[in-house]
Amino acid sequence: MKSFNFKSATNTKEAAKLVSGRATFLAGGMSLLPAIKLRLAAYSDLINIKKIKGLSGIKVSSKSIKIGATTTHAEVAGSKEVGKSIPSLAVLAEGIGDPQVRNRGTIGGSIANNDPAADYPSACLALNATIHTSKRKIAADKFFKGMFDTDLKKGELIESIEFEVPEKSAYAKYPNPASRYAIVGVYVAKLKDNVRVSITGAGSCVFRSIEIEEALSSNFSPSAVDNVNISSKGLNSDIHASAEYRAHIIKVMTRKAVSSC
Amino acid sequence: MAVINIEINGKKISKEVPDNILLSDFLRERLTLTGTHVGCDTSQCGACVVHLNGNSVKSCTTLVADCDGAKITTIEGLASNGKMHPVQEAFKKHHGLQCGFCTPGMVMSAVDLLEKKKNPSEQEIRDWLEGNICRCTGYQGIVAAVKDAASKM
Repeated sequence: MKSFNFKSATNTKEAAKLVSGRATFLAGGMSLLPAIKLRLAAYSDLINIKKIKGLSGIKVSSKSIKIGATTTHAEVAGSKEVGKSIPSLAVLAEGIGDPQVRNRGTIGGSIANNDPAADYPSACLALNATIHTSKRKIAADKFFKGMFDTDLKKGELIESIEFEVPEKSAYAKYPNPASRYAIVGVYVAKLKDNVRVSITGAGSCVFRSIEIEEALSSNFSPSAVDNVNISSKGLNSDIHASAEYRAHIIKVMTRKAVSSC
Repeated sequence: MAVINIEINGKKISKEVPDNILLSDFLRERLTLTGTHVGCDTSQCGACVVHLNGNSVKSCTTLVADCDGAKITTIEGLASNGKMHPVQEAFKKHHGLQCGFCTPGMVMSAVDLLEKKKNPSEQEIRDWLEGNICRCTGYQGIVAAVKDAASKM
């Protein structure tokens, strides 16, 4: 494994100071460490943020759930509060990787990495999330910029993610049979003011489907998407699924999500 | 390099380690605890599973530097006074292994499950062992072993 310096920060200011040059933040390491091992990434320093107080934990109010950046997937999946107010979010967390990955992997790390097949970015978009960082608040709609790319600036640390509590919501994932990542994942949320539908795994970056949102706004039922035309243009095509197949699966997963709302 | 203080199988250890050494390599090469296996080295196969502060993790994707102050249990730490852990006994009884390469990780994952959930269903056992791959048994003996062990823990 390529060499680097390991440093632990005790507060966000110290973390920002330490992350200069070719350094980066380390949370659970479930994406970062494999990337370094495979020589897809190299850093001078890894700044451990798990010892920063206040970065982990779940706060619930009637309108939103705020989850600290270093909260693990297992903690979200097992949280009674999350299960009660946004059950679909607990289901999503329970479906990430395997138990050992869920014991280490964090929500902040997942969205900072913005893997095209990650689950959490779809929850952020569908549940109209706000990303609280060490510098500002970012709307989820502006956060996910492209493949492995976000609006985060150098040294900016995610502190928490605040999800709007929907009237109803569901996440349906068509997983890769071996690795369980989303070949296509569809998150459907009926919020107070509108319906939001986000799709992960199908494109180079998570995105919202305006066509499906419009169809579900006028008729929130599985059959509402029957006449919606999902274009395969720009969707991922690989050995697991062609772009046309992914376009088809988007509708299948949408129906599944809506019917389990 | 930094000095790391950890407790492994109940024994306190203080060692100077490079910042980039993985827990799996540290256990095997520095402490000769070779019961923890490295199969894929990409956090998929689960042969390297150990317990970190009471939770199962993949030691091939964990830095020792990140474990300062932690309590770690490996497969070597399960037996007590020469008596196998109920999960180990059950794996032997139900032929939950053939070549045995995946077994340390499989057992450590199963122990974590049974410590968190007393009587898991067959589906819950299969779901939980998703991160552990066995190329010999076809999993039937493994699931039977975990079920049997659940009644004895």
